[in-house]
Amino acid sequence: MIYRSMFGLPTWRVQSPFDEFDRIRRQMDRLSEAFSGGRPGQATAGVFPLVNLTEDQENYYVRAELPGLKADELDIQVTANSLSLSGERKIAEEGNGVKYHRREREGGRFSRMLTLPGDIDAEKVEADLVNGVLAIKIAKAEAAKPKQISVRQ
Amino acid sequence: MAAMENKEIKVREKQEVAPPAEQTRPGIYFTPSVDIFETEKEITLLADMPGVTAEDLVIDLRDNTLTLEGDIASAGDSKEEPIYEEYNTGRFFRQFSLSEMIDQSKIDAQLNDGVLRLSLPKVEKATPRKITVRAS
Repeated sequence: MIYRSMFGLPTWRVQSPFDEFDRIRRQMDRLSEAFSGGRPGQATAGVFPLVNLTEDQENYYVRAELPGLKADELDIQVTANSLSLSGERKIAEEGNGVKYHRREREGGRFSRMLTLPGDIDAEKVEADLVNGVLAIKIAKAEAAKPKQISVRQ
Repeated sequence: MAAMENKEIKVREKQEVAPPAEQTRPGIYFTPSVDIFETEKEITLLADMPGVTAEDLVIDLRDNTLTLEGDIASAGDSKEEPIYEEYNTGRFFRQFSLSEMIDQSKIDAQLNDGVLRLSLPKVEKATPRKITVRAS
């Protein structure tokens, strides 16, 4: 459980009864939202940047909105089952003569660690930063991919 | 400046707004974060609109009302199953009323890395012209 509070991502590697409750609760939430026409729940880890994590059979996909960031201002590192995102968002100074009406855009450093639900192939990670949206495609490790088991007759 | 460098960005959830008009196409709207500043000559607006491309951005200025509307392409394909979702995506919409007269012909808009930079030059005031009286 310490694991979860540290990284903010549900870790399903350790199967404790509580994890199972959590999983069921999450599925119930998703189900009720599906009926009410709502969107999947938004529980955030409270760390910039906010990310969306999806998967298909082969890969995990991590997406984050980082408007104004250049590729070389972002540092991405992966290990067996975690991903670290860090960098600095710079808001350029606009000179002395300007008077601000609104200042909502924030700059600063960020650093975030994500734990992925399964092992990954650290050699097969692709990251794209297009129009301020970061998309990282991470191949699952062979052992973590779902396998079809054929039943012998 | 040193304090600026050590600052960490705080998480700010995207602000959802009511759609500007009744929708024919389903979807949600968000209000983009903006910086607005002015100098003697122009007003500049910076807006964070991640995922919006130049083709899908509409900037409209009429009757002193500036409207920004940006559409985004949906990310990923339908085979992907969500595991963890911290933000939603949708169109961006925001309106401002401008008190200054803007020179419509000189408006300049640039969209780079999901950030819009809009320059709205003020109408140049008639510069005083000295008239010399010729002696006959």
